[in-house]
Amino acid sequence: MSWKADFPLLVRNPGLHYVDSAATSQKPTVVLDAIRNFYETANANPHRGAYALSVAATDAYDDARQLLARFLGVADADALIFTRGTTESLNLVATSWGRSNLAAGDEIVVTAMDHHANFVPWQQLAISIGAKLRICELTADGRIDLHSLASLLNRKTRVVAFNHVSNALGTINPVGEIVRMVRDHTAAIIVCDGAQAVPHMTVKFDDLDVDFYAFSGHKMCGPMGIGGLIGRRALFDSMPPYQTGGDMVEFVHDDVTTWNALPHKFEAGTPNAAGAVGLAAAAAYLSAIGMENVLRHEQALVAEASERLAAIEGITIYGPSSADRSGVVSFTLDDVHPHDLATILDGDGVCIRAGNHCAQPLMRRLDVSATARASFYVYNDTSDIDALIEGVLKSKEIFGHAVA
Amino acid sequence: MPSPERSAQIGALYQEMILDHYRRPRNKGDLANAEQTVVMKNPLCGDEIAVHVSFDGDTISDVRFSGRGCSISQASASMMTQLVKGKPLSEIEHIRTRFREMVMGDQAAGEDASLGSARALGGVSQFPARVKCALLAWNALQTAMTAHAE
Repeated sequence: MSWKADFPLLVRNPGLHYVDSAATSQKPTVVLDAIRNFYETANANPHRGAYALSVAATDAYDDARQLLARFLGVADADALIFTRGTTESLNLVATSWGRSNLAAGDEIVVTAMDHHANFVPWQQLAISIGAKLRICELTADGRIDLHSLASLLNRKTRVVAFNHVSNALGTINPVGEIVRMVRDHTAAIIVCDGAQAVPHMTVKFDDLDVDFYAFSGHKMCGPMGIGGLIGRRALFDSMPPYQTGGDMVEFVHDDVTTWNALPHKFEAGTPNAAGAVGLAAAAAYLSAIGMENVLRHEQALVAEASERLAAIEGITIYGPSSADRSGVVSFTLDDVHPHDLATILDGDGVCIRAGNHCAQPLMRRLDVSATARASFYVYNDTSDIDALIEGVLKSKEIFGHAVA
Repeated sequence: MPSPERSAQIGALYQEMILDHYRRPRNKGDLANAEQTVVMKNPLCGDEIAVHVSFDGDTISDVRFSGRGCSISQASASMMTQLVKGKPLSEIEHIRTRFREMVMGDQAAGEDASLGSARALGGVSQFPARVKCALLAWNALQTAMTAHAE
């Protein structure tokens, strides 16, 4: 059983097996309706007009923030900033906090499993200010190596950035343990990339004890172009704005400007109010299913897929055992290139991701140029695994004929 | 979306000759004393091909390739080396243009005898996401020829 019937694109294409939700999820009717409803009933520029329609738009936008704050366990809802998504959220922290707090000689720790969005902003920040980027290595089964992490933490460490769940391997990282280690040995800020966690499991920001947490709407049944950054108010208050313009200012004098309060200080320009409304509808949709049911559903599928893939001769699966993985399985088949695999699977309507998954440092450590990745969500069921396995066997057969 | 037509296109793409070149690439390896070596990367998949070329006046006297990639990029590179080795630059430029036209969907180019066995790659035109793979080695060759001319 699955929640496939809630997703119009999948209903319209019964032969399609969409198993690339770690890249982006499909959208349920309730989300599409919420976006349309906003534009049909409340569309005006929020925070601008004195007229009732603008107030309706403002209310819709504010309500969306309140709902998401509850969904993500954030008591201080104004410390949830809407952004375009995880990438913008992480760039905001690296740029705004990083440039005003770091100096030459400081150290930034990232991990070898981070997505480029949580790797490159820190690398470039380090280059520009003369700080040192240090990379936490991984265990053979694709987990953060806590011994490696311990060896990197010292009083020069100012930032520790890592992902909650790996997009390429699905590894669920032990946030609590990592946070304790960092707090015990450093005064660093902790930046967590939650892009692959929020869609799939219960996340309560206030319980995590991290300083910043980033997420994307489009991977959790919401629309593209909206996401968020949650942070501690004291840090946000001490940071300069990331972008300047309308809405984020208080008084603009000829020579100086003062900044608006949170969340507006970090939301320059007309907000993506319709996106926020759609994202809130997505959070409500997932809440109704229950995040524990979402994760259980995915883990059952990924366990079955992993077992059936592993039974095929020539398959290599990357990452930890499926009990410590979200709904992601990353694999290769003999010397069949993942792009060839993806093309053959596509011929049978199976959408998988092939490539480096925006994680080139990880691919180097796995000593592959690419992997194939299947990732499951609430709308997948066993028929998607059947199609995946059939496609892999077909690829094996096509390439098998050419074995010298 | 799946369909019998799509299955046929997949079959045409992964035909015996292409898989043979993938598994037993011709002219693979480094070329001692190559005048030009051009490395081309496809950041999408992490694939990397190096094309090594020696010239003798207005002809390519020898060409080899190294690196790793998918069956399409490897087979294309392998076929390319066979096709252009020993030919004059003007003829190679014609072949390169026709090959490019073929994988972009030009049917007449796909029937051009000057493309020889590389016509087997005509099916790539049905897979826009893979056209770049087929062109990787040819783009490297073009860069090498331009560098030689300068």
